[in-house]
Amino acid sequence: MTSEVPTDYSDFTVGAPIADDRAPDGPIAERWDRRRFEAKLVNPANRRGRTVIVVGTGLAGGSAGATLAEAGYHVVQFCFQDSPRRAHSIAAQGGINAAKNYRNDGDSVRRLFYDTVKGGDFRARESNVHRLAEVSVQIIDQCVAQGVPFAREYGGLLDTRSFGGVQVSRTFYARGQTGQQLLLGAYQALSRQVAAGNVELHPRTEMLDLLVIDGRARGIVARDLVTGAVSAHLADAVVLATGGYGNVFHLSTNAKNSNATAIWRAHRRGAYFANPCFTQIHPTCIPRSGEHQAKLTLMSESLRNDGRIWVPRTAGDTRSPELIPEDERDYYLERIYPAFGNLVPRDIASRAAKNVCDEGRGVGPGGQGVYLDFADAIARLGRAAVEARYGNLFEMYQRITAEDPYRVPMRIYPAIHYTMGGLWVDYDLQTSVPGLFAIGEANFSDHGANRLGASALMQGLADGYFVLPATLADYLAQAPVAPVAADHPEVTTVIAEVTDRLKRLLAVDGDRSPESFHRELGQLLWDECGMARDEAGLRRALARIPELRAEFWRRLAVPGTGEELNQTLEKANRLVDYFELAELMCLDALHRTESCGGHFRTESQTPSGEAARKDEEFGYVAAWEYTDGGAPVLHREELTFTEVHPTQRSYA
Amino acid sequence: MNLTLRIWRQAGPDAPGALTTYQVTGISPEMSFLEMLDTLNEELIPRGEEPVAFDHDCREGICGACGMVINGQAHGPERTTTCQLHMRHFQDGDVIDVEPWRSAAFPVVRDLVVDRSAFDRIIGAGGYITAPTGSAPEAHATPVPKEAADLAFEHAECIGCGACVAACPNGSAMLFTSAKVVHLNVLPQGAPERRSRARALVGAMDAEGFGGCTNTGECATACPKGIGLNAIATLNREFLLGGR
Repeated sequence: MTSEVPTDYSDFTVGAPIADDRAPDGPIAERWDRRRFEAKLVNPANRRGRTVIVVGTGLAGGSAGATLAEAGYHVVQFCFQDSPRRAHSIAAQGGINAAKNYRNDGDSVRRLFYDTVKGGDFRARESNVHRLAEVSVQIIDQCVAQGVPFAREYGGLLDTRSFGGVQVSRTFYARGQTGQQLLLGAYQALSRQVAAGNVELHPRTEMLDLLVIDGRARGIVARDLVTGAVSAHLADAVVLATGGYGNVFHLSTNAKNSNATAIWRAHRRGAYFANPCFTQIHPTCIPRSGEHQAKLTLMSESLRNDGRIWVPRTAGDTRSPELIPEDERDYYLERIYPAFGNLVPRDIASRAAKNVCDEGRGVGPGGQGVYLDFADAIARLGRAAVEARYGNLFEMYQRITAEDPYRVPMRIYPAIHYTMGGLWVDYDLQTSVPGLFAIGEANFSDHGANRLGASALMQGLADGYFVLPATLADYLAQAPVAPVAADHPEVTTVIAEVTDRLKRLLAVDGDRSPESFHRELGQLLWDECGMARDEAGLRRALARIPELRAEFWRRLAVPGTGEELNQTLEKANRLVDYFELAELMCLDALHRTESCGGHFRTESQTPSGEAARKDEEFGYVAAWEYTDGGAPVLHREELTFTEVHPTQRSYA
Repeated sequence: MNLTLRIWRQAGPDAPGALTTYQVTGISPEMSFLEMLDTLNEELIPRGEEPVAFDHDCREGICGACGMVINGQAHGPERTTTCQLHMRHFQDGDVIDVEPWRSAAFPVVRDLVVDRSAFDRIIGAGGYITAPTGSAPEAHATPVPKEAADLAFEHAECIGCGACVAACPNGSAMLFTSAKVVHLNVLPQGAPERRSRARALVGAMDAEGFGGCTNTGECATACPKGIGLNAIATLNREFLLGGR
C-alpha cells in the first residue's frame, strides 16, 4: 500500500464478482422509500458528537456539508479553492433536469428514469437511476426555497427547456449559468452553517491521502496550500465529493485545478475504481485555437435547441459559411437522425462531428470544427429572443474567438467534458472501504456509459441534499465510535509517506515542467483513448505511459520549497496520480471489447456505424481493485434490467 | 507579439514586494492573458526560477478565482475577467504592469494571489435565505414575477472576484454586498429576512475592514458581470428601512 512502484497495467486478473448488497429489491418505485425507512437514525443529541469529513464544495459536497451540518453533525469540510463558491460546478451552463411535468408533455419519474437508463446505454444501475428521477422533483423545490433565480414565465411559474436525448421539456435553467446559481444556493446554505459553527471549513487545503484504520475510513491527510503544512484530520466517516477526472486529458472543459488525486489515493487505499474508461465527450465546445491552449471552453448544449449543425457537402470546401448555398450544406444530424435531429445525445452528436471532420468536411483552422448556425432561429424568433435565451453564451463565444455569432455561425468541436467512471459505490453511496462515501461525479453510479445533458447537476444535488444524509446516518448509527488517537501509527505513517512524496518531487531537479508532461500525457490519451479506441492504440498507450512516467521522475523541475504556496508542486503531485489513472483507463478500455455510450471501440460497431454493445459479455460494471505492484484485479458487478429492456439505442 | 511585463513579486504576506521585469516573446493574439502568463511560467520553471503565482481555475469567466490589476485597471482594459481577456487587446512591444488586488481586507498571499475569505464571512452573516435543507414547499407554490426573477438573476451573477474592491479608491465592498442583498431581497422567498439581511451584511462588511462607499462608481465600471450602481442605492434604502 505504501510504495510508489508502478503497478503493472499490461495485464489484469479477475477477482470475485461483487454485488450491490444495499439496494433493496421489490417494486422499483418503492425501493428508495424502503431503504430510507430501514436506515437507522442517529439520535439528534448524539449527532453533535459525530464528525464527518466532506472533501469538495461543489454541488455534491456543498449540499452534503450544508445538510449534514443542519441535521446536527459536526462537519469538517475541505476545498482547494480559496472559497467554496469557486468549485467547478459553478461553470455548468445549461440546466438541471426534474420530472415535474410542468409542461404536461408526458413527463414522469418513470420517463426520466427510462431516458437516463437508455441514454446511459444500459450500463447504469436501475435502482440508483430510479431514485435519482424520484428525488429530482424535490431538488427544484429545495433550490427555489433557497432563492435560486430560475427562469420564469410571465405568470410567475418556472420555465423549462429541452436537452439532448429527450423529447420532453424538463430542464430548469437560469439563463446559461444554471450551475453557478445552484452552486451559490448550496454555498450560501453552507456559509450559514460555517458562520453558525457547525461546519469547520478548510479552504486552500488539498486532500492528499486517505486514512484507513481497522478497515474503516477514519480521516484524511491534507496539505495547507498556503503554508505547505501536511496534517491529518480525523472523523467518523469521510465523504469524497471531488468531481471527475477529465483533466487527465490535459485539454478538457474542466477547471484547471480539478484533479483525480483524492479518488486515486482512495483507490490505492482499497476503494474500487469503476468503469474508468467511460468518459464523456461533449459535442459543443469551442475548437482549440493553438498549441498554447490551456483549457477548452464549453458552449451549453442548450444551444442545440435552436442552433442547426452543418458542414459543407463536399470535402475541402473552404468558402466562408455565408457563401455556401443551402443545397451545398449538410445538416448531418437532421439527415441521419430525423426524430431527434440536432438534439441527439452527446455521444452520438460527438461521434457524428468526428466522422464529418475525418471525411475532410470540417470547418475552421485545422478542419476540426462544425458549424452551429443560428441564422434560422434569428429569422424565426428575432434577434432579441435569441439574445434572451443565449445572450451570455454568444458574448462568451465572441470574447474568445473575436467572431460575432449573430452574424456568422459558431464553430464547435467535441471535447472531454465529464467522466462517468469513478469510485465504485453501493446504493448507499458507500465505496468498498467502509466509512468512505463518494458522491456526485466522484462516483460511477448513475449515468452508465453516457450522461444525458442536465443530469450532472441533478445527481450532485440529489446525492448531497437527499441521498447521502439518509444513508450516511445509517452508517454512523452502526459504526464504532471509538476515537482514533492523533498519533496512531497509521496516521504517522501516512503523513510521512505524503511528505516524502512531496520531497521527492522537489528533489528531481530536472528541466521539464509538470505542464509539459501533462500536455504529452493528455495528447496521448486523446489520440489513443479518446473519441474512438482500438486495441492497437490502447496497447501503444499502455507501452508509452510507463516510459513517460520514468522520464517524469528523471526530468521534472519544481522550483521553490514545500513549505509555501507552490503551484508547480501541486501540479506535479497531481500528475503522479494521472499517470497511474491513465493506465487503468486504457486497460479498462482495452478489456471492454464492446462499444457503449462514450466508449467507442472501432472494432465493435453496427453496420450504420453506431456503437454496438455486447450485453451478454459486458453487461457489467468493471470495478478495479488496486494491488501494490501487481496487476489490477477486475471485480464484475452484473447489471440486471427488469424495467427497461436493453435495446439498440436508436434516435433515427 | 513580444511584450515587457512588470509583475508584482512578493514571497509571502509579510515579505517585501517589488515589480520585476520579464520579457515574453511569441505571444499569440488568440491567447488569454492567463495563457500568456502560463507561457512566462513555462520558461521560468525549467530554468529553476520561481514561477509567478496567480489564482485561476475555470478559465471561462465564471468561478471568479482570477483577478489582477493590469495597467492600473482591475482585470485590465476590457470589461471581463482576466481569464477572458485576450492578448488581441494588446500591441506588440507593450509594457504591461501586473499587480494583485490591493485592499486592507484582501491581504496578499503570494505574488498576485490575495486572500478574499472576507467575502465568505460577509455571506455567512446573512447572505442566504434561512431555508432548511432537505425539505421545501412545492416550487410552484410561490410564483415569482418574471421581472423579480430577472432582477434577482442579474444580481446573483456576481462571481465574487473582488474587482469592485480593487477598483474602489476606498476599498469598499459595497457592490459585492449590495448584489447579494438585491438578489435575495427582491424574491418573495427572501422577503421575511429582508431588513435584517441588509443590516447583517453591512455590519459584516464593515467589520472586515472594507472602506465606505462615496459613490465614485469605479466598482461598477470594473465589474465583469455588469452589476450596476443602482444595487448600492437599493442596499442603502434597505439598510435605512431596516432600523434596529
